[in-house]
Amino acid sequence: MAKAPRASEPPIPNRERPGEPQPYEATQEELLQFYKEMLLIRRFEEKAGQLYGLGLIGGFCHLYIGQEAVAVGLQSALDGEKDSVITGYRDHGHMLAYGIDPQVIMAELTGRGAGISRGKGGSMHMFSTEHKFYGGHGIVGAQVSLGAGLAFKHKYSGDGGVCLAYFGDGAANQGQVYESFNMAELWKLPIIFVIENNQYAMGTSVNRASSEDQLYRRGESFRIPGIQVDGMDVLACRGAAEEALAWVRAGKGPVILEMKTYRYRGHSMSDPAKYRSREEVQSVRDKSDPIEHVKKLLEERGVKEDELKTLEQAIRKQVNAAADFAEQTPEPDAAELYTDVLVERY
Amino acid sequence: MAIAIKMPALSPTMEEGTLAKWLVKEGDSVKSGDIMAEIETDKATMEFEAVDEGVVARILVAEGTDNVKVGTDILLLAEEGEDASTASAGAATKDDTPEATAKADENKPADAVEDSAHPAQEKVDTGARQLFEAAAHKAEVADPEVPAGTEMVKTTVREALRDAMAEEMRADDRVFVMGEEVAQYQGAYKVTQGLLDEFGERRVIDTPITEYGFAGIGTGAAMSGLRPIVEFMTFNFAMQAIDHIINSAAKTNYMSGGQMRCPIVFRGPNGAASRVGAQHSQNYGPWYASVPGLIVIAPYDAADAKGLLKAAIRSQDPVVFLENELMYGRSFDVPKLDDWVLPIGKARIVREGKDVTIVSYSIGVGISLEAADRLAEEGIDAEVIDLRTLRPLDKDTVLKSLAKTNRLVVAEEGWPTCSIASEIMAICMEEGFDDLDAPVLRVANEDVPLPYAANLEKLALIDADRVVKAVKKVCYK
Repeated sequence: MAKAPRASEPPIPNRERPGEPQPYEATQEELLQFYKEMLLIRRFEEKAGQLYGLGLIGGFCHLYIGQEAVAVGLQSALDGEKDSVITGYRDHGHMLAYGIDPQVIMAELTGRGAGISRGKGGSMHMFSTEHKFYGGHGIVGAQVSLGAGLAFKHKYSGDGGVCLAYFGDGAANQGQVYESFNMAELWKLPIIFVIENNQYAMGTSVNRASSEDQLYRRGESFRIPGIQVDGMDVLACRGAAEEALAWVRAGKGPVILEMKTYRYRGHSMSDPAKYRSREEVQSVRDKSDPIEHVKKLLEERGVKEDELKTLEQAIRKQVNAAADFAEQTPEPDAAELYTDVLVERY
Repeated sequence: MAIAIKMPALSPTMEEGTLAKWLVKEGDSVKSGDIMAEIETDKATMEFEAVDEGVVARILVAEGTDNVKVGTDILLLAEEGEDASTASAGAATKDDTPEATAKADENKPADAVEDSAHPAQEKVDTGARQLFEAAAHKAEVADPEVPAGTEMVKTTVREALRDAMAEEMRADDRVFVMGEEVAQYQGAYKVTQGLLDEFGERRVIDTPITEYGFAGIGTGAAMSGLRPIVEFMTFNFAMQAIDHIINSAAKTNYMSGGQMRCPIVFRGPNGAASRVGAQHSQNYGPWYASVPGLIVIAPYDAADAKGLLKAAIRSQDPVVFLENELMYGRSFDVPKLDDWVLPIGKARIVREGKDVTIVSYSIGVGISLEAADRLAEEGIDAEVIDLRTLRPLDKDTVLKSLAKTNRLVVAEEGWPTCSIASEIMAICMEEGFDDLDAPVLRVANEDVPLPYAANLEKLALIDADRVVKAVKKVCYK
């Protein structure tokens, strides 16, 4: 053939898009910090699972094990003074990544008065307005519209902040997500929509539930660019956050990050996870565990195994202390039943 | 024979209007689709289109005439071949009068219920019309919150609501309004009229038709410290957003142990309108009033609408503010005060009486006042209580009145089952049993979806007759 067919030419983008994210070049100190934070989440969640088994934690409890790199990588890029974060019910990891005291989180899980929501929220409903962490929401997809509201506030008050709104591959099929996409782009709201695609919406795999299973493309018809990211690699997560934040802070409107990740445990503690094989889970653990990945990088950079062990022990101690506290601190006072229904008295 | 063209009704509740401008003159030929006149209602200026063909024989009502009653002959049209100059005013009346089209029609969403052009119609005796007419009744007892000697200004409920928003927006930059058609269109029911001009598009925000989404955005904005007023074109559409009203707005303060507040107002028309059928006619008062964490307000007159909306905007709690479409155009006295704010959670005695208590709210207050007038003719002196706030409910005022009259009827424009009436009855049983000389009765709409047909609609909605009957029953008369 004399001439190459048109289809083989590289596609010309019809509008500006964010650049291809590059893996973040972390300093030794930063990498160590990522490792610490991810390990804290892992150990905290394992302990929470254990306390659930002992009956100390009730109701629904959704663990973040396997997804640690997403919250740690993304949130490390935020400006703690002005940016906001909101997520769904799998929220322990995002709070720990914010440096919120594990004791008050664990005490909330055990339903104690010292819990971050005074024991009245539980695993799915935790908030820290001090850290600009707006929950912790139990209804699948609600946090996306609420997050657009947080972004609306950033824009309205001109505070320069960006909202990071996390949701899962399951929530990505909720109607209000698209209502929010539409308005967010229409009004150029400063928001990063983060789809934590852990491949299963409870027991339904992405391709059984989504006609377009490449979720980063879900914003196309709203002219919202999307980027697919290796959510098992904390440096890739951080790199993607940098690119997304640059886009949003430049006033170009929202962006979607699809974080390809995996949860090792069931959807919640009561999920036997019969919809996937043990081999599938084991294979991810063996090949792409986010913590092992960073550990290897640290070792390559000459961090001694002893040093890492000391660090691990400190984290285990911290988690055990949180668990002890959560077990021993008293339940809320009975009078708390009636407090905080309304702010004012009428 | 000449055709008499009549003043059209351009909204379900229009009684009269201003013939603003003639766009034809005597001797002009018109054909169907020609715009003949501009007519102003209290909500909008509408174009009035010809349906029949002919020559304008005589203009019967000059342009600029106010208060032209619906159904008045306004123009004579000579038919083809007829001598226009001899066409008489006694011409045959044509039944199918011209249609009117709203000027802003192109910009209107398909389900905008308010300005939809209706063919001119004779005054149909419907249930909604009875409600509307009863809503002209004024409170007989002055509001104790108004200082003596205060000047009163005649204001429509629509203007009162607008004034409340404008005053609060002037005072606090965190307050903004969002919703469908609130800005450029000036409000589907014209409640936000003028706000865009004064406050600009940063604070008066048109949304797409996307209730769930914008209710969530408003709620999120409130969680981070703004004071949103979210307008629903009607509360029927808020069903799409009820998750955010209840799960996100109402429960957050409690679930967060008092950390995260949600100072938001969800407002819009609620309850039966006129001939709009089941999906556009429902009273959500009892739904929202059953939810801890919400404030629910349903005012009757303009002074309450203003004073309570201002209080709602200032409240640190989420408020559901239920207005009534049939009331928007009604005028009432509003106190001329710099800052007229009413307390939330306080009922008001709008008519004092000693024989029986009628408890109501929203448009039901008008029905109750009408019933009280009729009962007075029969020697029964009824006290009428306007609850004003449905949550928290002012039990004390109800029980105090019951202790005085020993008989009580609840009148509610809404379904009877699991209603505010049910709640009042439970309160009377639990806390007022010893004061009761007769069982408490409720007068509510029939327990059916609201039908469209005029006769059935009338049968379904409450009216003063039914309230009178129930009152007589509890008075054993």
